[in-house]
Parts: sequence; C-alpha cells; structure tokens
Amino acid sequence: MVSIVVGPVILAIMGAFFGLLYLGIDRKLVAHMQGRIGPPIIQPFRDVGKLLMKESIIPDGALSWLFKLAPILCLMGSAVLLLYIPIFGQKALLEDFGDAIVVLYLLIIPSLALVVAGFSSSSPYATVGAQREMVIMMSYEFPLAMTIVAIAWRIGHVAETNPFMFSTVATYPIWSLVGPMGVAGTLILLIVLLLVTTGELSRIPFDLAEAETELAGGLLVEYSGRNLVLFYIADAIKTFAMASLIIALFFPYSLSPVVGIEALVPAFVVDALFFLLKILLVMFICVMLIRAAMARFKIDQVSKIYFIAMTLISLVGLILIWVDLVM
Amino acid sequence: MSLNSFKRALWLYHINAGSCNGCDIEILATLTPRYDVERFGIVLVGSPRHADVLAVTGPVPRQMVSRLKRVYEQIPDPKVVLQVGSCGMEGGVFHESYNLVGPVDQIIPVDVYVPGCPPRPEAIIEGVVKAWVKLEKAAEQRIT
Repeated sequence: MVSIVVGPVILAIMGAFFGLLYLGIDRKLVAHMQGRIGPPIIQPFRDVGKLLMKESIIPDGALSWLFKLAPILCLMGSAVLLLYIPIFGQKALLEDFGDAIVVLYLLIIPSLALVVAGFSSSSPYATVGAQREMVIMMSYEFPLAMTIVAIAWRIGHVAETNPFMFSTVATYPIWSLVGPMGVAGTLILLIVLLLVTTGELSRIPFDLAEAETELAGGLLVEYSGRNLVLFYIADAIKTFAMASLIIALFFPYSLSPVVGIEALVPAFVVDALFFLLKILLVMFICVMLIRAAMARFKIDQVSKIYFIAMTLISLVGLILIWVDLVM
Repeated sequence: MSLNSFKRALWLYHINAGSCNGCDIEILATLTPRYDVERFGIVLVGSPRHADVLAVTGPVPRQMVSRLKRVYEQIPDPKVVLQVGSCGMEGGVFHESYNLVGPVDQIIPVDVYVPGCPPRPEAIIEGVVKAWVKLEKAAEQRIT
C-alpha cells in the first residue's frame, strides 16, 4: 500500500532527474558533433532553476484554467508512463495492472496536453503548432502500434501468459525466438520504433510543433516561468520513458545473471547502471545522431514518412517475422 | 531557489528594430562553433515569453515603436534589455533620418549598451555578461 502512494512520487522525481541529465548529455554530445564545446551536463537543471525564478504570464486572450491545467496534465501523463514501463531492470510498479497496450494509450496523453496548451493560449503560432502536433500524433501512432503488436504477436506463439505484459516480453526475448529471417524483421521493427521515438519526442527532424525558427516556439510560445518548466520536465520524463519502452521491448536483458552477482543490492546496482547505459545508447541513436545530422522536415513530408514509408517498412518487418514462423 | 539561478542560464530574444542586419549577423555569429555561447548556457529563443534578455538592434523607425514596447512588455520579469549597435544609441548611419523615433532608450529602458557598427561578437558576449550581473541583482530585489 505504501509503495502505491510513495512509489509514483519517487518514480516521477527519478524520471525527472535522469531525464534532465540525459537532456544535458544530449546537448553536450550534439555540441561536440557540431564542433562546439557545448553547455555543461547540468545545464538543464540550471535552466529549470532559472525558469522557476521567472514570472508566469497568462495572456489576456487565453482560456485561463485550461492554460494552467495543460502543463500539469502533460507532466502527470508523462510521469504515469513510468509506472507501467519497467525501469532500472526491475519490475514496473503497476506491472500487474497494465501492459504495452496501456502504455500505447498513455503515450497519447502528453501530446494531447500539448495540443490543449497550444489551442488554449490563443496565439496564432501556438494554434498552428497544435495543429501540427495533432497531425504528427496521428501519423506516428500507426507504425508505433504495429511494431508493438508484431512483437507481442510473435511472443504470443510461445508464451502462455499475456504476450503484451512486459514480464512476458522479458521472459521470452524476441531475438532468441526467431531465426535469421525473423532477426532481420525484428531489426526493421527496431529501426521503425527508434524513428517513431524521434517523432514522439518531437525532436529534429520532426520538431515541427515547436519549430523555433518558423513558429517561434510553436505550442509553447505563450508559456513562461513555472508553466514552461512543467513542460520542460515533462519532456525530460517522456524522453526517459520512451527510451525505457524500447529497452523493455527489444533489450529486456539484465547484466547481473551474466556476471554472476546474486546478492540483492549489488545486483540492483549493476542492473541499474547497465540500464542507464542502454538508455544512453538508444538516445544516442534516436535523438542525438539524428538531431546533429538532419534539418527539419515539412509537415506533409512528416505525414508521408510516417503514414506511408514507416507503415510499409514495419509491415515488411511483420511479414519477415511471419515467414520466419511458418517456414 | 538560490539567487544565483541566473548564473549560466540565460535565454535571449532578439528583435530587429530597423537594423541593417549587420548587428543581427554578429549576434548569430556568437552561436557559431568559434564563439559558442551555448557553453555559457546562453540560448537564443524564439518567443519573448521564454526570454530573460531582450537584444535590440537598429535605430527604431516609427512603425516599430509600438511593436518594440509590446515585445518588451511580453517578457516576464526579471528582465534586462541589451541594446546592440551604434544606431540604437544615436542613429549611427541613419542619423537624423526622417522616420526615426529612436534612440532605443527613449522608448524602453535599456540596461546594457554595446556600441560598435557592428560590434564584435566578443563585445556582445561581454554585454550579456553585464546583463547577467544586473539580472541577478533584479532577482535579488524581487525576492527581498
């Protein structure tokens, strides 16, 4: 009972801490890739501290209660994700109450809160940003669902328990179930999920909703001070959660059985460090490398990429896994 | 919340009030790998609502007056104004032109002046550092 009350708070704080830390690492590494020195790794914490000092302005034309509610909704939606996704190599807190399908639905809430924020601020920039966010949201949802369903479908052929549960996914890692064809298919699905993550987190090249240069901050154009900081932290938590989702689906391995550590605390520490390393690798590919290498797409290009290209590619992955199964 | 929160986290919004683009390019030059102000935590933001520092370039023509005032008021407190370039001080090359209302400090309160036509990126960075000191004092006053 205590864990149900205290757990979510601790998880949210930890998610915020590590999320901000990874944002700092992201900024530093991208700066190095561009030949700059870049800010220190603790820079996001400084930004948060500074934003808390600032005045929070609510524009006259804005729908005041919705304008203030949206950041809280966004932060809560992101924090709830951490209750269902296993992190630090441990079981998720609400493991028995929700599976990958729940996560699929919960992932929509932060984006939806951003859309609400955009429309309630009554700024033309924010409205355009909100519309773009909706289009992107609808575009990436299909390949995302397809990837998760494809993996669960394959695992469902060997597991007796619900294949959407993360514990089942961890018991039957997808890579050890499939032959060479299936490995190729799984690899394709992994690439699709990595690219969906980039869009889900609205990072370059899919950051059209915020687009500093053309929409002046897009959705968040009217937000300042404490309200802005909530979005900032929510973004950090969501980044952490999405990377954890990829790890839970594709790399549910722990290090402690391999190196032979059995005592509870050392095993936890080793698993947690290994987990943080995995997060860094996932983020390096789907956030940092792509961000440093690419420019922003146009909105119709984003739709085409996700709706047509990504869906077809994930379909190819699904077919490869199916062929592997029947042959 | 420490008063040093502004130390090394400063977001800057740039408005072009009739500038010839010389100063604007120098401001952008501070973002390039050679100067890289992001290593000090200085970021150029797209919205005045996110900003701590308003960087104004140009001599302020008549059409720009109301806009400049409005952008100034949109920035949440505590804030400082950084005036970049000679035109904003006394007109520069546009001196005594028929459509000028400036200098900038006649329209909004300016905290830090960076002279030059255009000023070097080093000078702009130094101006931002001065703005920092001022902001921390402003934050201190706001709390006490």
